[in-house]
Amino acid sequence: MIELTVNGQKRQIDADGDTPLLWVLRDDLGMTGTKYGCGIAQCGACSVMIDGTVTRSCVTPVESVASAQITTIEAVEADPVGARVVEAWVKHQVPQCGYCQSGQVMAATSLLKQKAKPSDADVEAAMTNLCRCGTYNAIKAAVRDVAGLAATQEHGA
Amino acid sequence: MTEWTPLDPALAKVLPTGEPVNVSRRGFLGAASASALVLGFGLPVGAARAQAAGAAPAVVPGTRVPAFLAINPDGTIRLQSPFAEGGQGVWTAMAQIVGEELDADPATFVVENAPTGPDYQVINGKMRITGGSMSVRSSYDTMRRLGASARAMLIQAAAQRLSVPASALSTQPGRVVHQASGRSLSYAELAPHALDLPAPTTPPTLKDPKDFRWIGKPQARLDVRAKSTGKAQFAIDSKVDGMLHAAVQHAPRLGLAVGKIRNEAAVKAMKGVHSVHVLDGAVAVVAPRFWHARRAVEAAQVDWVEPTGASYRPMPATFSTADHAAHLATVQGTEEVAETAGDVAKAFADAGAKGTLSATYHSQYLNHAQLEPPSALARFNADGTLDMWFPNQAPDMFLAEVAKVSGLPPEKIRIHSPLLGGFFGRHFLYPKGNPYPQAIELAKRVNAPVKLIWTREEEFLRDPLRPMAAVRFRGAVDANGMPLAIEAVSATEGPREGIADKRSGEIDPTALEGLAGKSYALPNKRIAQIFVKSPTTVAYWRSVGNSMNDFFYEAFLDELADKGGQDPYAVRLHLLSGNARLTTLLKAVVDLSGGWKRGPFTAPDGTTRARGMAMASPFGTQTAAIAEVSIADGQVKVHDVWQAIDPGSIVNPAIITAQVNSAVALGLSQALIEEAAYKNGERVARNFDGYPILTPDRMPRVHVRIVESGEKMGGIGEPGLPAVPPAVANAVSRLRGQRVRTLPIGTLS
Repeated sequence: MIELTVNGQKRQIDADGDTPLLWVLRDDLGMTGTKYGCGIAQCGACSVMIDGTVTRSCVTPVESVASAQITTIEAVEADPVGARVVEAWVKHQVPQCGYCQSGQVMAATSLLKQKAKPSDADVEAAMTNLCRCGTYNAIKAAVRDVAGLAATQEHGA
Repeated sequence: MTEWTPLDPALAKVLPTGEPVNVSRRGFLGAASASALVLGFGLPVGAARAQAAGAAPAVVPGTRVPAFLAINPDGTIRLQSPFAEGGQGVWTAMAQIVGEELDADPATFVVENAPTGPDYQVINGKMRITGGSMSVRSSYDTMRRLGASARAMLIQAAAQRLSVPASALSTQPGRVVHQASGRSLSYAELAPHALDLPAPTTPPTLKDPKDFRWIGKPQARLDVRAKSTGKAQFAIDSKVDGMLHAAVQHAPRLGLAVGKIRNEAAVKAMKGVHSVHVLDGAVAVVAPRFWHARRAVEAAQVDWVEPTGASYRPMPATFSTADHAAHLATVQGTEEVAETAGDVAKAFADAGAKGTLSATYHSQYLNHAQLEPPSALARFNADGTLDMWFPNQAPDMFLAEVAKVSGLPPEKIRIHSPLLGGFFGRHFLYPKGNPYPQAIELAKRVNAPVKLIWTREEEFLRDPLRPMAAVRFRGAVDANGMPLAIEAVSATEGPREGIADKRSGEIDPTALEGLAGKSYALPNKRIAQIFVKSPTTVAYWRSVGNSMNDFFYEAFLDELADKGGQDPYAVRLHLLSGNARLTTLLKAVVDLSGGWKRGPFTAPDGTTRARGMAMASPFGTQTAAIAEVSIADGQVKVHDVWQAIDPGSIVNPAIITAQVNSAVALGLSQALIEEAAYKNGERVARNFDGYPILTPDRMPRVHVRIVESGEKMGGIGEPGLPAVPPAVANAVSRLRGQRVRTLPIGTLS
């Protein structure tokens, strides 16, 4: 048995230590907001926060986070920064298909928790998750909005 | 008199039941929801009589209000959408269209994907797919009438309740109002009374578009919050009691069969494994946890054997995409002519060698690479029925196939079609390209519900591909340097024929659209295909033939402009002379970009840049795009894309802008980096590490101008794509002084 702290709650998990956290969240805990996209840390759909830092759960052995605070998309609005990110996502109408957006919101929340006023370079360095619908400009606009950066990004006219 | 017509049973089955169902017109209440009061309609008298006489009732798709709408006591309105939501915003558009005529705020709508059944075959009254950028334009009138019928019904109910003539009543959003007395009733209050009333016998009057409150406005999407908080449910998230998980290992080449699993005993003994299965062209492991299933199936060492009998498009062991490109460029064969004008032979003779240009262009195979990997959940029930959940763009077409595979009659099968985690053409019926047959087989064998997920690696192996093509062009310019003739011969197989795996007897329009059907008034042209069957499976991919053919044509057109010493903008205006709609559109994108500036020029940041332009006429819509690029370390950087789009008339400008952004991203991705390559019959890359897609740092600024010409309504989901690759290619060609004739552009030397 492995004890995890997920969204502030202790959970007992009967899983092999090398099982990726992603599958523990989805199949053992029934928390399907965290998505499987590639399984090799390329796409970021599986992003969660480990002690506040965005982490790709598809390549994170569950035993490696047994003593950590795991935050998933299901609890993102309980975090004041996360709640602001979600509001910005709604305001900027970011999602299209939505499949990558759990991971995008987690990546943005992690960035803004660590750096309330990120630079453009910070945003570019942090927001690397893939989106096949091409919502990148809306994502950037939403992150910049929360960061208080000027809205120079144009995705309409 | 109106008689109650039972709802399509499939709807009743799919909706949650909380109360006993009475055999009465109110029986629908229980089926729809434990608490919903449902606005009800009967069929017109003629149809009801036919039914009473024993004839099968002919369902006119899109007319039976209860199949589509339920008004809940809290005022929310549930709408069963005939179209799947996969990011293109169609559920919001449906709420806008129905809400407009119903006079109900689209924000109060809860939209769901409708079950199978005749009511939802609303594309031209006979088909249900989500594709071809068809949804809104093909159902716009139908869905408006549906909303108007429901509104008329509510007014009738209010007239009875208030004892006033219906003509004295009007509506405000969500309410019927009696102006004279100031009294009003909410739709939620009226819904149960509307249920007992006869259907209107005359078609309801539709609004004058100048009175539209929601259509044409940037209505916020209905699904954004759920999709921003992880609450949106996709097929891959489906779960039922007692469910087992499955993973597969496919044959490395389609057509190979399992000889034996060399380490089968060891795989069976792996932790967490329930069972190991040999399937058609695949090995599967079933386990209580997906991770165990995946780990075990990937550990399986399989001897694959060549097929003995006929099989669907077996992949040759010698196949390589590099060799295939060379073959397509040179293969001789019958040239099937799709479009001609003028006298091409004479035009080339008149132009002479000096005025004639030849070039060969290439496109590549592409994966859909939607971020949600395919999955299928199959559950056989004790009552002999089957429930299935899987991503799909055509529920009724899948139903027919599920019936064949499962051996059950269609009425015993429920197809659940959750939100699509992207589709771009991926989730049509593709032989060997969908996981549902494997899920059915496994669920039968283990006698439990099974959810099968194709890992990204298995998906990239079995995802049918956007076809590749080589196009041999000849072009001629006249004495003034203006285009005189274009001949294009494409060696390819169109997806329509490729999926069917047989020739149709006529040219597959999806092979040549974008080479054929161009809007330019070129005096001499000849557009033809040499049919060359693709060794791979092929598919529809966002904007289908246009995704590559407009690149070919528009890039060659720029080449021809250069040949004649003409500016590409001047050439296009010349070829559009007399075409007011497209001249306006082209000028609109030039204006949006601040004036035509081909370059090369030095940007304020010191980089050298150039711009390219292109146009396309896909899916009933007209587009014009301009791209600005620079090159650094061999990589093309696209700084800005301006696009003007004329879909005739519109429903939601915010969604159109978002869809153009999306199409720009996908168009750039294929233009710059994507290629599904094969060597020795096997895929070179099977995940995003080896098959990269556009990353955020390569996304340009996108500027959109919507032009409403008032012409017939066109599509939105796909049309933003085709002009993007050629606009980029033309800019890169200008910047380098060397033509881009092959996609992807990749790394420049």
